[in-house]
Amino acid sequence: MFQIIKHEQFSPITFMWEVLAPDLAKASEPGQFVMVRIREGGERIPLTIADYDVEKGTITLMIQAVGRSSNEMNDLKEGDYLLDLMGPLGIPSHIDRKDGRVVLVGGGLGVAPIYPQLRKYKETGNYTISIMGFRNEDLIFWADKFLKYSNEFHIATDDGSAGTKGFVTTVLDDVLQRNDDIVEVVAIGPLVMMKACAEVSRKYGIKTIVSLNTIMVDGIGMCGSCRVTVDGEVKFACVDGPDFDAHLVDWDELMVRQKRFDREESHAQDCWDKECRAKKKFEEGQ
Amino acid sequence: MAFKPRLPCPEQDPKERIKNFEDVVVGYTSEMAIEEASRCLQCKNPLCVQGCPVSIDIPGFIGAIKEGDFELSYSILTDQNPIPAVCGRVCPQEVQCEAKCILGIKHDPVSIGKLERFVGNWAVKNNICVREEVDKVRPPREVAIIGSGPAGLACAMDLALAGVDVTVFEALHTFGGVLKYGIPSFRLPKDVIDAELGKVRKLGVKFVANHAIGRIFTIPMMMEEMGFDAVFIGTGAGLPKFLNLHGEGLNGVQSANEFLTRVNLMNPPGIKDCYTPTGCGKKIAVIGAGNVAMDCVRTAIRLGAERSMIVYRRAREQAPARTEEVHHADQEGVEFHFLSNPIEVLGKDGWVTGLKLQKMELGEPDASGRRRPIPIPDSEHIIECDTVIIAVGTSSNPIIGQTTPGLKLNDWGYVEVDDDQMTSVPGVFAGGDIVTGSATVILAMGAGKQAARGILKYMGIERKVLNVCETD
Ligand SMILES: Cc1cc2nc3c(=O)[nH]c(=O)nc-3n(C[C@H](O)[C@H](O)[C@H](O)COP(=O)(O)OP(=O)(O)OC[C@H]3O[C@@H](n4cnc5c(N)ncnc54)[C@H](O)[C@@H]3O)c2cc1C
Ligand SMILES: Cc1cc2nc3c(=O)[nH]c(=O)nc-3n(C[C@H](O)[C@H](O)[C@H](O)COP(=O)(O)OP(=O)(O)OC[C@H]3O[C@@H](n4cnc5c(N)ncnc54)[C@H](O)[C@@H]3O)c2cc1C
Ligand code: SF4
Ligand code: SF4
Ligand code: FES
Repeated sequence: MFQIIKHEQFSPITFMWEVLAPDLAKASEPGQFVMVRIREGGERIPLTIADYDVEKGTITLMIQAVGRSSNEMNDLKEGDYLLDLMGPLGIPSHIDRKDGRVVLVGGGLGVAPIYPQLRKYKETGNYTISIMGFRNEDLIFWADKFLKYSNEFHIATDDGSAGTKGFVTTVLDDVLQRNDDIVEVVAIGPLVMMKACAEVSRKYGIKTIVSLNTIMVDGIGMCGSCRVTVDGEVKFACVDGPDFDAHLVDWDELMVRQKRFDREESHAQDCWDKECRAKKKFEEGQ
Repeated sequence: MAFKPRLPCPEQDPKERIKNFEDVVVGYTSEMAIEEASRCLQCKNPLCVQGCPVSIDIPGFIGAIKEGDFELSYSILTDQNPIPAVCGRVCPQEVQCEAKCILGIKHDPVSIGKLERFVGNWAVKNNICVREEVDKVRPPREVAIIGSGPAGLACAMDLALAGVDVTVFEALHTFGGVLKYGIPSFRLPKDVIDAELGKVRKLGVKFVANHAIGRIFTIPMMMEEMGFDAVFIGTGAGLPKFLNLHGEGLNGVQSANEFLTRVNLMNPPGIKDCYTPTGCGKKIAVIGAGNVAMDCVRTAIRLGAERSMIVYRRAREQAPARTEEVHHADQEGVEFHFLSNPIEVLGKDGWVTGLKLQKMELGEPDASGRRRPIPIPDSEHIIECDTVIIAVGTSSNPIIGQTTPGLKLNDWGYVEVDDDQMTSVPGVFAGGDIVTGSATVILAMGAGKQAARGILKYMGIERKVLNVCETD
């Protein structure tokens, strides 16, 4: 059992946990993830390690409630326990001193998982340009953390309520045009955003790394659920990734495959909504 | 001399059993077991033993059944096979012990597997286990086992019986390996595995879940910093193979491992409120004809599939699955498409709609000695389906290899070992599917036991106590 020692709500559907797991914290590296199961019968959910603190013995997870499991997670509070927590999984991101500047793009919740990479790029002595994108100003988080490790820092919001109006790709295009010494782009966020970033950087021929959040079951290379086609070959995100060369990923297939359980998932969510309504009614009646 | 035919073992009616996930085989009663046991000739030079990969004293354990001394029978069995309730169910007896039984030359061989199953079940029901009190080795020795499948469990048990402190690290949230997440409960009920695991726990073996070794700890860390004197790698087979068919990326195509894991591990019978999707549609085509394929197709039937099909490019006689499994699948209404090679998965809007097959015929024997299937021209046809499950084998898991410097792997990524099951890294042993590639439960257990002997030798310990049965 793993205790949630801090729970912070960022928006009605976005929240952060700090979980006590000393051995896991010690082993964690940027780019890795964990599998979480909160109760008997629950799903195994992959989540990126958004931060880790060896001294406190904690890892930080940033979660968006999008379906049944993540909604159930949102109900857990400080002091509650996770039944299962396994990790760190996946191959750590390959981060070394580059001969040029590095751009890190985080979209929405993707801002969290890219943070440990940004920090490590900076600490390895790289010149870092970070771009974070949100739908609007209210959703912005961790700007202070990013500022600390960025030589250049940009924000984009869809509605223009903060920073540049538009998507992160608009800013990325601009940054790539203005700097001719950029050697690497790292992009993490929703699939559409990562795909769009890949299209932008492809024009400039700049190596681009994305972290793929394919659907997983075990996370240790046994089931094959996480398969993606990269450069025409079947790869498994949990053991061969999650980082891949964005220019070689078969995005169309991936985007279709990401919906393969939608019918079953939305049924699970409906049942949950009904249960919640029933529970609320019951409590109101008390 | 007249020989009695083999006593049939009661089974659930096919029409009923496809509606549940309970044991298909009901099993012998004590009287029936004694009757079947009395068919054994108690050969002086028992050929059956040669057929058993772990050389169980078969006439011994069967003789004890005949005398009604099930406890003695259990102790004879567990001398070589710590979990008879499992092997009696899943061993391919018809090509091992029973294939060699002298009675089989002219008559039915003795039903060795079903008798083994009987004794195993009897022990589970009566809480009988191998000796519990063990004198600890002095000075204390600690061994880490990676993976809780049959290889790891067998190794852990033998080491614990010799007085070693054993800790089993398992990556998943539950223990048993393929026994838990692969083989469905209608062949191997989960409570049977849990009962067997309980016995291992009673020997003092510690079990730690959620630890993917190579990630959270590495083998060098375990040996150098964590105080383990030796490590056993029993991580099993790895990633599923795909066929590189056009359309394999469509939704509705999944590997057998994924399907079985989603059902067995994430929706186990008896646990409420499970909602991990299984991806099982109404018309299922399973590609392959091994045990794994049969497990998938029969699981699909139980999940309510209307059509459950096996697609295999070779002939029925060449199917690698156990005869009993194919027979059970037949009884349960599985459609077989033998000599049919899948050439394309068809789809619409990203979802599977069918499978294009080509008819095959048998030609000359190939390197494996089996007649090679060759395509019949212009024989393409389509079967309609919404789910395609690929059950054509697995390759090796890369995690331990990537994170253990100096560990020698073969060309296919499996771990190389010597006669004592020791790897190229001193003190690190391995066995089971991670060494041989996908094999069988009994071979994995045999390897685990062999490794336990190797580990004891490496640590300079004599095995002190033999398994002795004791009632609770
Ligand atoms: C390596 C990895 C790292 C991840 N890191 C994070 C993280 O740090 N924070 C976080 O909130 N989520 C992360 N995810 C995604 C997260 O695992 C899913 O959002 C979660 O499994 C959804 O479960 P659910 O039952 O709540 O929703 P579901 O009911 O399963 O799905 C609801 C909706 O989300 C979509 N969805 C389902 N699974 C995924 C997925 N794997 N990726 C993207 N969309 C999905 C579905 O298509 C559906 O539209 C990560 C996934 C992977 C593979
Ligand atoms: C569906 C199916 C049906 C089968 N039917 C039969 C049958 O009828 N008869 C028969 O004899 N054989 C059958 N087999 C084969 C048999 O199950 C295997 O040969 C046997 O289980 C191998 O045992 P093992 O201990 O080597 O590995 P496994 O049983 O695979 O166990 C390995 C364990 O190690 C864990 N692990 C992996 N990596 C790590 C890590 N890095 N750290 C910690 N833990 C890790 C895994 O999670 C797993 O629990 C079947 C296999 C399958 C898949
Ligand atoms: S372990 Fe398998 S091969 Fe050996 S006697 Fe038992 S059923 Fe037969
Ligand atoms: S070969 Fe057959 S008859 Fe002879 S001992 Fe073995 S099981 Fe009994
Ligand atoms: S999640 Fe099962 S193989 Fe990657």
